[in-house]
Amino acid sequence: MIELQNVSKVYGMEEASSTVLKNINLTINKGEFVAIMGPSGSGKSTLLNILGTLDVPTSGTYTFADTSISALSKEQRSLFRRYVLGFIFQGFNLLKKTSALENVEMPLVYLGIKSKERKQRAYDALISVGLEGRTEYEPSQLSGGQQQRVAIARAMVSRPKVLIADEPTGNLDTKRSHEIMQIIKGFNAEGITVIMVTHEDEVAAYASRVIHVRDGMIEREISYAH
Amino acid sequence: MLINALLQALREIRRNLMRSMLTAIGIVIGIASVIAMVNIGKGASQSITQSISKLGSTTLYITPGQQRGPGNQSAVSIPFKLKDVAVLKDSLFALRAISAVEGSTMTALYQDQNYQTSVKGVDNDYFIAQNLEFKSGREFTKNELRTGLGSCIIGQTVLDKLFLDGESPIGKKIRVEKFSCEVIGVLSPKGANTFGMDQDDIILVPLKMFLRRISGNDNIHLIMASVKENIPLEEATLQIQQLIRERRHLKPDEEDNFSVRSMSALLDTIGKITSMLTTMLGAVAAISLVVGGIGIMNIMLVSVTERTREIGIRMAIGAMPQDILIQFLIEAVVLSGLGGIIGVILGISITYLVSVTMDIALIIDPSITVIALVFSMLIGIVFGIIPARKASNMNPIDALRYE
Repeated sequence: MIELQNVSKVYGMEEASSTVLKNINLTINKGEFVAIMGPSGSGKSTLLNILGTLDVPTSGTYTFADTSISALSKEQRSLFRRYVLGFIFQGFNLLKKTSALENVEMPLVYLGIKSKERKQRAYDALISVGLEGRTEYEPSQLSGGQQQRVAIARAMVSRPKVLIADEPTGNLDTKRSHEIMQIIKGFNAEGITVIMVTHEDEVAAYASRVIHVRDGMIEREISYAH
Repeated sequence: MLINALLQALREIRRNLMRSMLTAIGIVIGIASVIAMVNIGKGASQSITQSISKLGSTTLYITPGQQRGPGNQSAVSIPFKLKDVAVLKDSLFALRAISAVEGSTMTALYQDQNYQTSVKGVDNDYFIAQNLEFKSGREFTKNELRTGLGSCIIGQTVLDKLFLDGESPIGKKIRVEKFSCEVIGVLSPKGANTFGMDQDDIILVPLKMFLRRISGNDNIHLIMASVKENIPLEEATLQIQQLIRERRHLKPDEEDNFSVRSMSALLDTIGKITSMLTTMLGAVAAISLVVGGIGIMNIMLVSVTERTREIGIRMAIGAMPQDILIQFLIEAVVLSGLGGIIGVILGISITYLVSVTMDIALIIDPSITVIALVFSMLIGIVFGIIPARKASNMNPIDALRYE
């Protein structure tokens, strides 16, 4: 479903330039749970950002279900994210002073869904990540684990095909990490493709395939049958 | 989408209520002053117009010489004679009343009181032309007018200054410098006119007496003519001009060496001046609106920087650049629009207070209210576009990483 061919990313110009990704070739199938690992500065985050269309490759092609993503305009990439992708970040990235419900509603606003249905879907999404009774809380009133649950609800409420997770457990303790991973694993079991960056082996263990990145190149891939 | 952006904007404004209010104050003051200036200007202009029409908008003022702007009086200024007045009176059907008016400032004495006032020689038609009414007493008799006997009619102010103990002045003799006269009537008080002159500060004497005792000739420098209601002022003016030209044997190519003016001409002038003043004051107020707009732009730029991360999150979630643009633009428009609404309320309140305290007609012009509101929102668009563009041009990755 997802295919990267000879993707490179170079920051800066000429002498001052630094190559972050070198000729990456990667195919991710529908329903896979892929973990990208590697030391800091290896280019794993850049790879994830390119897959999430938040960043664009300097060269190479990105194809999603026979559609060339590299050829899309800024606006079209926005629409691609809106309809196809869901995002979870290490720092949760919830809107401050905005209730959990309103945070989860936000993607639906951009999808043009009417207020009543929006509220219902956002509420249901919060219930599905175990946040009953917390829907009107603002992020500052929630624990880290709860905040990440809100973020997952926000990512999943638009029913994306691919979930992009950038160190989803990076700010959480072991117990919370496992809870979050259970939730993500649950969505993967429903058929949603998950691409996750992590540096924790325990977390990567939830994936069906682990891709190790070093110095901008794929060092090795390990597949697990679960 | 637009409604959501509107709600979002209101939420954002409420979140930073203090800052939003301070930002909007510029617009509030700007809109309030535009509305107050224009409405008060119009009210003042209407009040002036009304008090001038009370003076008699059907009255024509005939004066010798031709005024061509300040310091440019024509060389020939031949005064009128009694005969001119008589001919005008007999020949012109269009006139309701006509009276020569000669005046001078003089000191009047009664017992040990003395008071300097304006003494005017007039005919009975003067009362008609000036809409004067009698509080007590009567107008001049034919005999008094013809012989120029010593009788006079006084205004309220003169009455108050000379007759201190409230006694009736009718039949009392007062002395006016060179002559003495018997008070035969008191005018009803009229108060100050448009130009602040006390219209009750006056002694009226028969014209003939004034000419004989004070002028020493029958030169006349002002004729007041009141035109009949159903006859256009222009028509009457033309008739008067033709008649006087004939009497003065002016050739067709010679200009008038006299002038016939009406209060409506004065009204036009005053109208022009007040509307010019209103426009100028409104323009000054409009400048303060621009300053208010810059304030909005400033705070929106701060807001965009502060919310860089939010912009990144929204873009990651699928907001297109134009969605971000609209969001911030609407926020600026709502901010300035709210400022506009408060400004309109404040402006109308100021107009009301001023009209009550300064006794000016209360006029709330709906068009200026609508213009001000639309303009305040336009300011939001004009000054919101730069911050909104800045927000929408952000790169999602950089915005998300912004600390």
